[in-house]
Amino acid sequence: MALLEVKGLEVEFPLGRKTLQALHGVDFSLDRGERLGIVGESGAGKSVAAFSILNLISRPGRISEGEVLFDGTDLTRLDDAAMREIRGNKISMIFQDPMMTLNPVLTIGTQMIECLQAHREISKEDARKISIDKLKEVMIPSAENRMESYPHELSGGMRQRVVIAIALLTDPSIIIADEPTTALDVTIQAEIMVLMLALCKNNNVGLILITHDLAVVSQVTERIMVMYAGRVVEQGPTREVIQNPGHPYTRGLIKALPQENIPGARLNQIPGSMPSLDAIPAGCAFNPRCEFVDLECHNAIPPLCGEGEQKIACIHRDRIPRFNLSEKGI
Amino acid sequence: MSAFTTFFQSDFVFRFKRDKVAVISLIVVVVLVLSALFAPLIAPTNPYDLTTIDIMDSEIPPIWTEEGEDRFLLGTDPQGRDMLSTILYGMRISLTIGFFAVLLQAFLGVSIGLLSGYIGGRVDAFFMRLADIQLSLSTLMVAIIALAVFQAGFGAELYSDLAIIMLVLVIGIAEWPQYARTVRASVLAEKHKEYVDAARVIGMSRRRIMVRHILPNTLSPILVISTIQVANAIISEAALSFLGLGMPVNKPSLGSLISSGFEFIFSGSWWITVIPSIVLVALILSINLLGDWLRDVLNPKLYKD
Amino acid sequence: MDYFYFAVRRLLQALLVMFVISLIGFSIQDNLGDPLRELVGQSVSEAQRQELRDRMGLNDPFLVQYGRFLAKAVQGDLGQSYFFKKPALEVIAAKFPATLELVIGATLIIITFAVPLGVFCAIRPKSWFSKFVMGFSIVGISVPVFLTAIFSIYLFSVELGWMPSFGRGETRNILGWQSGFFTVDGLVHLILPSISLASIMMPLFIRLIRSEMMEILQMDYIRFAWAKGLYSKRVWFLHAFKNTLLPVITVGGVQVGTMLAYTILTESVFQWPGMGFLFLEAVNRVDTPLIIAYIIVVGLIFVVTNTVVDLVYTWVNPTVKLVGQKS
Repeated sequence: MALLEVKGLEVEFPLGRKTLQALHGVDFSLDRGERLGIVGESGAGKSVAAFSILNLISRPGRISEGEVLFDGTDLTRLDDAAMREIRGNKISMIFQDPMMTLNPVLTIGTQMIECLQAHREISKEDARKISIDKLKEVMIPSAENRMESYPHELSGGMRQRVVIAIALLTDPSIIIADEPTTALDVTIQAEIMVLMLALCKNNNVGLILITHDLAVVSQVTERIMVMYAGRVVEQGPTREVIQNPGHPYTRGLIKALPQENIPGARLNQIPGSMPSLDAIPAGCAFNPRCEFVDLECHNAIPPLCGEGEQKIACIHRDRIPRFNLSEKGI
Repeated sequence: MSAFTTFFQSDFVFRFKRDKVAVISLIVVVVLVLSALFAPLIAPTNPYDLTTIDIMDSEIPPIWTEEGEDRFLLGTDPQGRDMLSTILYGMRISLTIGFFAVLLQAFLGVSIGLLSGYIGGRVDAFFMRLADIQLSLSTLMVAIIALAVFQAGFGAELYSDLAIIMLVLVIGIAEWPQYARTVRASVLAEKHKEYVDAARVIGMSRRRIMVRHILPNTLSPILVISTIQVANAIISEAALSFLGLGMPVNKPSLGSLISSGFEFIFSGSWWITVIPSIVLVALILSINLLGDWLRDVLNPKLYKD
Repeated sequence: MDYFYFAVRRLLQALLVMFVISLIGFSIQDNLGDPLRELVGQSVSEAQRQELRDRMGLNDPFLVQYGRFLAKAVQGDLGQSYFFKKPALEVIAAKFPATLELVIGATLIIITFAVPLGVFCAIRPKSWFSKFVMGFSIVGISVPVFLTAIFSIYLFSVELGWMPSFGRGETRNILGWQSGFFTVDGLVHLILPSISLASIMMPLFIRLIRSEMMEILQMDYIRFAWAKGLYSKRVWFLHAFKNTLLPVITVGGVQVGTMLAYTILTESVFQWPGMGFLFLEAVNRVDTPLIIAYIIVVGLIFVVTNTVVDLVYTWVNPTVKLVGQKS
């Protein structure tokens, strides 16, 4: 059995008169040490999916259906105390913007030591030593001194390293990283990604990487899950999905990547934009933007299915021409 | 007509109807404002007309007490004026001052905010420093000092004739910064949006762009601030009148009524203070509750310190 | 260096405000009341008056007179009170402890109640107790301070007879401070006025603490703290509260000024022998030097507290963007 198994997850946001549904029956799983990428445009529900694993969806959102099985226990049924023992201990998170993730009025040291002390019977001195070791592991220079620093004294890249160090402190079995590099300078993005990949591999930590950057996903993850309007539209091994996308949306995303070997080539945008949660079209949610749309697409929501490991939620999946992307330089 | 129906079917009205507190508050405010507005028609006597007042009628308790008299529903004050009439006329004065003071605040604040945000540079820097300084001084303190000095300067006689205007001016001038900051913030947010550029490109004048395009976007914060400011202005007026710096006894507002009844509370004539107090608190409380409700529903971007 | 620049700017601004206040004070002196009348009465001839005016410098140009006023003011000479026949500043200084006691008493009450209530309302916004507190606080805001004062006298002094209704009670001089803090009688007299004064500021603080803390609780670093699996007490009382404190202290510092205005009302109802009560008496007696001295003293208190709060806030919170610094 997989280490983490999410089944039929539904999340809704009650807002005044109406309730908006952010996730519709999302299923995925993660094996020990596996790396899964969740991709999609903003508003697709990828962050909601990731946050609901630890039941950290922002108010008033709530899980209305489904289960999150971690090592056999359903996390959605845990009380606050039991949930606390999972958070930051068995499953850690890395947030998008390191500028906003660290508490501005507490030192780096305080914010590391407290995390260890929340989960282990450990003295402050020992916690301090482990923290310094972790800071060294994420290659922060003069780690001892940094323990006394406040977040604003560090650069963005350094702060994200600190956040990664905190995520790794308790030797978790899964790290959920929500767009960990989008807020950083382009030059630093790659550094951080390489570091995260190495650390996950060395410590045999599972990774759920949420991003809209297909290039990153293809380099880091083993499996990929594409989301659109609160549903999974395609899922499968990264290599297969990237090189041979089956869903028109995935195709669009890949075609939209800049083509490095053809300078001056036009970018292929997907026309239109992601519908907001209160205006999702009937049938396949992607139909207004799809180049293969026909009448049938308006009738029913296509299920996620397929023969091999690659699953696609599109009724026309056999009709859509596949393209081989090896020449796209990915 | 269609705008009318759209309004009544809107989310705004829906949420209003569901909130009992808001509905009751609105009813209280409407009833009080209407009775103040039509005080000359409703009130049994005219408290300003000295010929109808008999000093022999002084300090008669309300009708439901043993010594109450049928002629005076809420009793009489120490000068023999009918309390009900005096309260209605007093509320009229309190509301008038509150309304015009806020009108003045809004006018000053919105104009300065628009100018400051739109022109920017030194004008902006000047007004915002001024706003900082003025906000750091307490309105009530400034008002007390200003009115005290005027009163000492003019003498009590002349001052009591000018009291209404002085109160409106002092309360009005002291509170513009809140409006100015909020309006300025939304001007800065709107200024670089495409529609403003577009308006400029087709040759609209600055003033027109500000009034036609930017101002409407600031309406909901202005509405929220104004509601709460009316309540504040009425409280300030009551406090100033209580200190004897506001409305004189012969033309009392709710505050001066309470003040004039204060000394009688110890001798047992409680109604002279208690009844106007209840009216004052009911008025302020319902306006505040409405303001709170508006803020929750409209959720405007208010300037925060 | 940035901080130094900021501090200098801030101090200059404080000086500017004091300058404007002194200008206002002076123009009041210039226009309000005739010092001659106080000195010589009505029986002196017009020629003699002119001569006296010249001798006293009252015919000098505005700026010269203002310069003289300022030079004296800086040395603490704000003129003689017409009524008390003593230096105005001395008269005010004698009343200052009474007002200070009132402010301290109210502040203690506010801190004791507003902090836990505000924090609770932010943490459990949906509980019935929070709704009750919030409802009560809006009632509190809507009841003018003089009404609270009047009705607390009526209830606790007149009807129940538990508390004295006016005055400051017995005071004792300790280390040069003539205070009611050191006697039981003084403390008892302090209770109702302090509660009245606190009643108007408390709801503001409860609401301020609540809204600041609720905003902080939405921050990413709080979500991250939850994601780290910290105990809720630590997230609330360390991570969130520490961040709430700074803006609250800033606003609190500024509110000292507002509180001074309310002391005038409270002192007037309780006949509390403080600066505010003195000021009202001075107004009724048209005691111009005393009025001016009060304005300048109050202005100074405002400016000093605001400046100190700003400087300290910026000092302890280096993440705040310094005013006038381009980002």
